[in-house]
Amino acid sequence: MKVLAETSAEPARSEARPAAKMPLLQVSHATKVFDVSPPWLTRVLGRAPRALLHAVEDVSFCIRRGETLGLVGESGCGKSTVARLIVGLYRLTSGSITYDGVDIATLASGRGDRTLRRKLQMIFQDPYASLNPRWRVADIVAEPIRAQRLARGRHAVAARIGELLTQVGLAPADGQKYPHQFSGGQRQRISIARALASEAEFLVCDEPTSALDVSVQAQVLNLMRELQQRLGLTYLFISHNLAVVHHVADRVGVMYLGRIVELADKRTLFAHPRHPYTRMLLDAIPDIAMSGKARTPVAGEVPNPLSPPSGCAFHPRCPFANDRCRTEIPALRADAQAEDALVACHAVEEDRIPQK
Amino acid sequence: MNARLVAALRLSWDSDVAYSFRHSPYAIVAAIVFVLFVGSAVFAPWVAPHNPFDLSQLDLSNSLKPPMWLPGGDPSFPLGTDDQGRDILSTILFGARISLAVGIASVLFSMVLGVALGLIAGYVGGSIDAFIMRVADVQLSFPAILIALLVDGLARALLPRSHESLAFYVLVLSIGVSGWVQYARTVRGTTLVEKNKEYVQAARLFGIHPLAIMARHVLPNVLGPVLVIATIHIATAIITEATLSFLGVGVPPTQPSLGTLIRIGNDFLFSGEWWVTLFPGIALVVMVLAINLLGDWLRDALNPRLRT
Repeated sequence: MKVLAETSAEPARSEARPAAKMPLLQVSHATKVFDVSPPWLTRVLGRAPRALLHAVEDVSFCIRRGETLGLVGESGCGKSTVARLIVGLYRLTSGSITYDGVDIATLASGRGDRTLRRKLQMIFQDPYASLNPRWRVADIVAEPIRAQRLARGRHAVAARIGELLTQVGLAPADGQKYPHQFSGGQRQRISIARALASEAEFLVCDEPTSALDVSVQAQVLNLMRELQQRLGLTYLFISHNLAVVHHVADRVGVMYLGRIVELADKRTLFAHPRHPYTRMLLDAIPDIAMSGKARTPVAGEVPNPLSPPSGCAFHPRCPFANDRCRTEIPALRADAQAEDALVACHAVEEDRIPQK
Repeated sequence: MNARLVAALRLSWDSDVAYSFRHSPYAIVAAIVFVLFVGSAVFAPWVAPHNPFDLSQLDLSNSLKPPMWLPGGDPSFPLGTDDQGRDILSTILFGARISLAVGIASVLFSMVLGVALGLIAGYVGGSIDAFIMRVADVQLSFPAILIALLVDGLARALLPRSHESLAFYVLVLSIGVSGWVQYARTVRGTTLVEKNKEYVQAARLFGIHPLAIMARHVLPNVLGPVLVIATIHIATAIITEATLSFLGVGVPPTQPSLGTLIRIGNDFLFSGEWWVTLFPGIALVVMVLAINLLGDWLRDALNPRLRT
């Protein structure tokens, strides 16, 4: 029944928002470099070089109000770093991130920007680590309310907690329990309630369902969609699970080794993947219709990000790589056939890839 | 209110730690001994048969009497007297008072200092962390007694006049400063783990001040190990105090601690008056042993991996 409600609501959602063209979050040329060098003494004595890890390189995308952008990629491709950059847990090395027209990356994570910062919240991957095990659920949910004085007085806070818990499908009485008394899915609901407690508008969801039982994943995902429609939330949804992304996202970005290699509307991306890496990921999805099509497993491994391959980072695994791919880094540009699809691939640009 | 109190008591009686206590005979014995010591130390002026510091009560004709069960003993001085006619039992009770006071005060001082520095080092990280931990490493390469001697000597040189009256605080400071490293290291380790937990990161996103995060999220996680270290550290601090007093740099002889008593008695050891030094020594050993046993038990009781 929920699915029906969603499909019927979808077109209404995009029409109901006249300002939808204006991006709410704009990430431009974001780069994050981690210094993972060995300690100074080891470097001097052992003549070890400085090691710089380019976790995120020149990533640009925008998210419109009320939209869900899915971000997929293998482990270690920089998805979570992007998430942490946006909410301000990491500082950008270069580039900029603007939210509602205000540059939030250069703002210190201190006091002045609290009102803006609290609108960006994060749902973490591990529902067992994201709630303080020593606190009652009511105190956990009340933490942002008390920190930002969003409700005053004991009764007002308690009423707000009850409202939030109801909103995520829990009972107000659950506030008296401790996190260990809940299942993974329920804990993730508590996390969502806590994020909403700070009156967030933009939620960065870092693999919110990957630690959950498959049976519970859909419940949490549907709750998130429901809240999105009711409260007009905007999501950046990070996952390595293409099925989940297909379920929740409006647009999808594919990341490979710190860069976005393809960014397109969900339907376009799943129907006509352009980048060889996207194709490889989609080819690996099990075919439920059992059409007898042979699945191609994802071949090769992610290269060491400390010494990425020259040129296009994907070239060692790419069946269409040529000399240009090995020397020149492809830029993310609009595809010739579809304006809304951005691809970073020389082979696509030169139309070297045979159509299936 | 009363019902709530009863409920709270009931809850603490049923807690894991209380259960482990009830099933550990040596912890119970150690606790009883410790409570006896603390009680008799706190109430020494009322419990002790004599006041060894009241000069009007002292009589030199009572000097160096043996314990009451030996020939020449006097029942009013159960453990004998020292060279000034002071009752050994009373001096032990008053001495334990000072030893315990110095021990507990210096442990509190080290604990506050160490926990604060450990939290800062772990949470802030970077060069501040490196600085604090290198200072800790350097300090750890000196024996604690040496640092205490150094601080004590410095204080004597800086405050030559008021040293007598400040001796207690100087002693607490010197023992306290020499003990913070262990706390700082433990706390830093736990802080490093907690800092990267997702609930701490979530708290950062809500704009909660780092100090509040440390106090509310990190501190409760470090309290267990810190409590264990502190208990065992009380024993070490008492020993350090006794050593300093034995060396003559501790509390002044007018307010003798157990260490001072042992030192005074040491002079009589070879002339046959062994009781002057032996009984304070036994008292010190029993007290320290009781505290150590309690600390050992607490470490096991608070360690979730040892719970069955």
